[in-house]
Amino acid sequence: MAILIDKTTRIVVQGFTGKIGSFHAQDMINYGSNVVGGITPGKGGQKHLGLPVFNTVKKAVHEAGAEASIIFVPPAFAADSIMEAADAGIKYCVAITDGIPTQDMMRVKCFINRVPKEDRMMLTGPNCAGTISPGQAMLGIMPGHIYTPGNVGIVGRSGTLGYEAADQMKALGIGVSTSVGIGGDPVNGSSHRDVLEKFEEDDETKIVLMIGEIGGRQEIDAGIFAKENMTKPLIAYIAGLTAPPGRRMGHAGAIISSVGEGAAEKVAILKELGVTICPTPSAMGDTVAAVLARM
Amino acid sequence: MDIHEYQAKEILANYGVKIAEGGVAHSPEEAVQRAREIGGDAWVLKAQIHSGARGKAGGIKICKSHGEVESTAQELLGKTLVTHQTGSGGKVCSRLYVEAATDIAKEIYFCILLDRSTERIVMIGSAQGGMEIEELAETKPDEIRRIYIEPAVGLQDFQARKMVFALGVGDQQSIQAIKTIKGCYRALRDLDANMLEINPLVITRSGELIALDAKMNFDDNALFRRHMISELRDKSQIDPREVTAADHDLNYIGLDGDIGCMINGAGLAMATMDMIKLAGGEPANFLDVGGGASAERTEKAFRLVLADKGVKAMLVNIFAGINRCDWIAEGVVHAAKNIEMKVPLIVRLSGTNVEAGRRIIAESGLPIIVAETLADAAEKAVKARNELVESELRGDA
Repeated sequence: MAILIDKTTRIVVQGFTGKIGSFHAQDMINYGSNVVGGITPGKGGQKHLGLPVFNTVKKAVHEAGAEASIIFVPPAFAADSIMEAADAGIKYCVAITDGIPTQDMMRVKCFINRVPKEDRMMLTGPNCAGTISPGQAMLGIMPGHIYTPGNVGIVGRSGTLGYEAADQMKALGIGVSTSVGIGGDPVNGSSHRDVLEKFEEDDETKIVLMIGEIGGRQEIDAGIFAKENMTKPLIAYIAGLTAPPGRRMGHAGAIISSVGEGAAEKVAILKELGVTICPTPSAMGDTVAAVLARM
Repeated sequence: MDIHEYQAKEILANYGVKIAEGGVAHSPEEAVQRAREIGGDAWVLKAQIHSGARGKAGGIKICKSHGEVESTAQELLGKTLVTHQTGSGGKVCSRLYVEAATDIAKEIYFCILLDRSTERIVMIGSAQGGMEIEELAETKPDEIRRIYIEPAVGLQDFQARKMVFALGVGDQQSIQAIKTIKGCYRALRDLDANMLEINPLVITRSGELIALDAKMNFDDNALFRRHMISELRDKSQIDPREVTAADHDLNYIGLDGDIGCMINGAGLAMATMDMIKLAGGEPANFLDVGGGASAERTEKAFRLVLADKGVKAMLVNIFAGINRCDWIAEGVVHAAKNIEMKVPLIVRLSGTNVEAGRRIIAESGLPIIVAETLADAAEKAVKARNELVESELRGDA
C-alpha cells in the first residue's frame, strides 16, 4: 500500500521546464514514477521530456488527470504555485523550494484550510527532499537507490539525515514503506503528527521512525498523538544536542527560541510518552532493528 | 536578521509609534552634538548592540551634563558588552543612541510576532512591563494577554481595543495606544518581521505613551523583497567567520569547539556535531555546504573552516544524494592539495558512487583518514584532535 503515493499516482511537475525541475523530473521518471506532464505558464501545448506542458495546474488536472504535484518554483513565486495546486484539485503536493517567506506560508495554510478536511489538499514541505514509496514512486529529489521496499515508515525534517537512516537500515536488510520529508521551515504543510496519522492507517507500515530536530514543538505533539492514538511503535531521533540557543541551524525552523525546544528537552518528554529514542544518529538502523526483533 | 534599537525606532516612528527624541552617535563629540540638539538637562546613552539586557551589562547610562555625555560615550564606544544573549565573547559597541531622558510613570510590555505553532501572528501584552517576558511568564503568567490574528482578515479594531484595555492604559493614552498597536502590526506585516518587541512601552508623568525600547528581527527568507531592511545589517555585530561565509553563500555558524566540520544538509550537520560531542569532542562550527557541492565550493568551505586558527582537526561528512561521491572526493583532494593542511583531515563519504570516491582519496597520496560510518568518523576526528593537541603540548615543553 504505502502512504501518499504509489506507482499509479499521476504526477505533474510545477516549474517543469526549468533546469532544476527538468533534472529531477527526469530522475523521477527513471525511478518509475508516473509523471504525466508539467506546468510552466506560457509554455502550454509544448512537449518537454516527451510529456505535455500545461499553462495551469487546472488544465493538467482536467486533461492529464493529475493527482499529485511537486514544486520546483523559486521562493518568490512558490506560495502562489502551492495555492494554484490546491485550487486546481490536486490531492497531494510536495514543495521542494527552500527559502519561502514565513508570512507567505501562513497565507498558504489559511488558503489550503479554507475547505473541509476531507476535501483538503495535503502538502508536505516546503524545504524538504520529498516523498518516496520505494519500488513504486518517488516524488522528490532523494537518491532512490538507497531505499528498499519494506515495512518501516520514515518521517523527518531533514533530507540527508533521512538518507542516513535509510542507508543504515538498508545495510541491516530493513526496508521502507514510505519516507516523507516534512521540511525544515517553521511553518510547514504537514506536521510529524499529520504523517503519523497516515502511517497508522497503512497496513504495510509496521513501525515508524521519526527524525526530528530542535525548534518548535511538533515532535512533542507527535509523541502525544502516538501515545493516545497509535498501535504501532514509534522510534525517534532528535538532532541538535549541541546547537546553541537563538541561532538558526541551517533550516529556517531549526532555532531554539523558547523552553522545551532544545533536543535534550524533547528527548526527555518523548521518553516519558513511551517513544523509543535512538541515542545517537548512528544508531537509527540498530534501534529500528531491535524494535522489529521484539515484534 | 537583527537590527539595532535606533533603527527599529526609526521604522516605528514612520508607522505612528511615538518615541522620545534622540539620535545616533559614532563618537563622543557626536554624542555631545546630539545632546545639544535634543536639549533639556538629562540624556540616556544606550549602547547599540544586538542583544537585550543591556542595562544589566552596563550598556545604558543616564547623563546629567554635556561633560558627562562625553566621558560616558568615551567609555561605552569600543567596549565589549557581555549579556546572557551575546555568549561569552560579548558584542562590541560601535554606535550609541542618545535619547532625551523620560520621566516614567508606568511600564508596559508589548510584543507582536509570528507564532509557528498556531501559524498566526500573535500579540502579547502585559500591564507589568520592564522585566523580560521569560521572567514574566514564570512569575506572573496570568498577567500576560495573547491575541491571535487571522491571516485572512488581519488585525481588527476590536482586537486592538481588547489589548489596550488589558494593558491598563488610561483614557488619556488609549487613542495613542491603539495607534501604536496597529502601527506595530503593519510594520511586522509589511516588512516581513518575525518579531517586534517594545519593552518597555511607557506612560510618562506628563501622560504620553512612548516606546522606550524597540527590538525587531526579520525573516531571512523574505530579505530578497526587503532591500531597505537588508541595508540595515551591521556586520560588526556578526561573527567575522559568518560574514565571510555569507559572502560565499555558505551556511556557517561559529561555535566554541576545535573540530572543524563540513557537511551536506542541515540535519546531517547537526547530527554529526552531536556525534562529535558524544565521542568527547567539541565542534568548531556548523557548516552545511548544500546539495550541489562543486570543487570550487568545497575549496571555499575548506578555507573558511580552516581560517579559524583554533581548529585542531577537520571532519568532512558527505551523504551524496543527487551528488556523486567521486566528484566530492575530487573536490576534497583538490582543496587539501591547494591549502596547506596543518591539521588532520577525516573524510566520511556515503551514498552514490562511494567506492569510486574512496578510491580517489586512497590514491591521492594525502594523509587523509577515511571513516566508514558516522560514529567512526566522529571517533576518528576526536582521536586525531587529541593526538595533535598532545603533540603540541609536548612540543611546547
